[in-house]
Amino acid sequence: MAEIILKNLAHSYLKHPSGPSDYALKKIDHVWEDGKAYALLGPSGCGKTTLLNIISGLLTPSEGSVIFNDEDVTNLPTEKRHIAQVFQFPVVYDTMTVFDNLAFPLKNRGHDKQTIEKRVLEIAEMLEMSDVLNKKASGLTADAKQKISLGRGLVRQNVAAILFDEPLTVIDPHLKWMLRMQLKALHKKLNRTMIYVTHDQTEALTFADKVVVMYDGDVVQMGTPQELFERPAHTFVGYFIGSPGMNVIPAHVEGAQAHIEGCIIPLSQGYKGISGSNVEIGVRPEFTHLSEDGAGLPITVKRIEDVGRHKIVRADFFGREINITVPEGVPISDRVNRVSFEADRVNVYSESWIVDGEVA
Amino acid sequence: MNKPMNNKAWFMVLPVVLLVAFSAVIPLMTVVNYSIQDTFGNNQFFFVGLEWFEEMVTSERFHNALGRQFMFTGIILAIEIPLGIFIALNMPKKGWGVPVCLVLMSLPLLIPWNVVGTIWQVFGREDIGLLGAFLKAIGVNYNYSQNIIDAWITIIAMDVWHWTSLVALLCYAGLQSIPEAYYQAAKIDGASRWATFRYIEFPKMHRVLLIAFLLRFMDSFMIYTEPLVVTGGGPGNSTTLLSIDLVKMAIGQFDLGPAAAFSLIYFLIILLVSWVLYTIMTNLDKKGA
Repeated sequence: MAEIILKNLAHSYLKHPSGPSDYALKKIDHVWEDGKAYALLGPSGCGKTTLLNIISGLLTPSEGSVIFNDEDVTNLPTEKRHIAQVFQFPVVYDTMTVFDNLAFPLKNRGHDKQTIEKRVLEIAEMLEMSDVLNKKASGLTADAKQKISLGRGLVRQNVAAILFDEPLTVIDPHLKWMLRMQLKALHKKLNRTMIYVTHDQTEALTFADKVVVMYDGDVVQMGTPQELFERPAHTFVGYFIGSPGMNVIPAHVEGAQAHIEGCIIPLSQGYKGISGSNVEIGVRPEFTHLSEDGAGLPITVKRIEDVGRHKIVRADFFGREINITVPEGVPISDRVNRVSFEADRVNVYSESWIVDGEVA
Repeated sequence: MNKPMNNKAWFMVLPVVLLVAFSAVIPLMTVVNYSIQDTFGNNQFFFVGLEWFEEMVTSERFHNALGRQFMFTGIILAIEIPLGIFIALNMPKKGWGVPVCLVLMSLPLLIPWNVVGTIWQVFGREDIGLLGAFLKAIGVNYNYSQNIIDAWITIIAMDVWHWTSLVALLCYAGLQSIPEAYYQAAKIDGASRWATFRYIEFPKMHRVLLIAFLLRFMDSFMIYTEPLVVTGGGPGNSTTLLSIDLVKMAIGQFDLGPAAAFSLIYFLIILLVSWVLYTIMTNLDKKGA
């Protein structure tokens, strides 16, 4: 077990990167604490897999270093690092039985027979696979194969971290849930560091203690699911997390007020010295309220989607779409034409990054 | 289900039946016809039953040719299959090297058989051949037209040169279908190079290997033109493989009856060996799966 430290890490697939856009991974300084469950969340192509492969050693970063505890492992090959990785598509050794698959990493490292057998049986028990140990791995279902991949990581006792690269992509939806719960339970039991790459926010939020959101090669925010939801540090996090994502509206902010198209929106904090065209306010659909006439921004309701637990109202506000979430059971009259925001839930962004206000 | 039956539909297969009949069945039947008759000329034939077959299976000449044939096929398979795998494993997987390799390796496959024979015939000559003259210059006594070993080395080297690329290209295709994640997982599991080959590459390759093996077996068992051009079956009869012997008998000596029996036995041997190999390998495949 170990703490994993990334120092000034950056990676470009080009030999001579000339600008920031040539980097698949921009400069990252980050510490993965021992024993925590992390999710690495971001859209496809944002550098998640690159980061993961650098940690496991499948890729050597072009800049910076990777440190396990106190040991610099940047140039250490994968097999010398104490890392396990589970890939998007289940990898099993087709010609071997499940037992041999699980024993493979130990055999390769020259452990003796008794140790191997004891360890494999233990892990099989944990993964609830004891009854298929003597079956050929190739005949199993995708989720069982994925459990074998995971098991091959777990049998090694000195593994510092287990990395998951979108491991549930090819699993049937009803099994996804079960497997994810099993993973979470395993994490609680083993207390190993787990880093879980996904582009599915539900997966990330349910699995992880801490979620790291990546966007275009940058880590834009790291925090608990709640932090990401309530105070997205970057407008991208606001869009990406939540369904629908945060409403982001360009505004003019002065003191504790935001001005949009001549309307005034009260804020809970005061902001000084931010102005210009790149100021925006962000508010989640969950913290908006519809009303008839009275206070708030004028809107035109365009359509209402009933998604079961709540309704999503898509409305037009000066040519811009605003989403409003209305809880189940609350009627929506056909005369609503105003929306108001909860003042303490409105975040202010400048150049896409959040700005801290002062208590007014 | 109640499907309408229409026996007239059988007429639809008539063109294929005719085609197969004229291209395969009827010519084969004429061979069968020759194999059970004898003639003293004048186009008069009489029935001799299985006499020619009996003569062939007990003939020393046939046994010797068959022995040489198995030796030739065995040696080239033992060289070409491992060498082909080795080359495939070491071919570049991406970049500009891929097309270069593919084109270079396909070249020998595109050269007509008797041109290959001529190339090697000239290549090995000690007066003007690059190889022969070179060996002579460094003092090696090499002469494929007089020394049996040299003749064998030459025709085997020629076949390896001509056909190893086929094995390599087939294996390469098999290797290309392995997703990168398998290699990454093997690295993480600490697998050695040999273990990676044994448990990842070989299992994914063994289907194409089966095809490569069968193709090379059948082709080399029927080889005719190349050794004929290089050695003409000599020195003596030392490189007279089955088909060379068959042609000598049928067209050289005009012994149509024995030659027909010879070719039928020859055909049955290829069929039998291919079937046995195929069955063994597919059974292994099932056990492996």
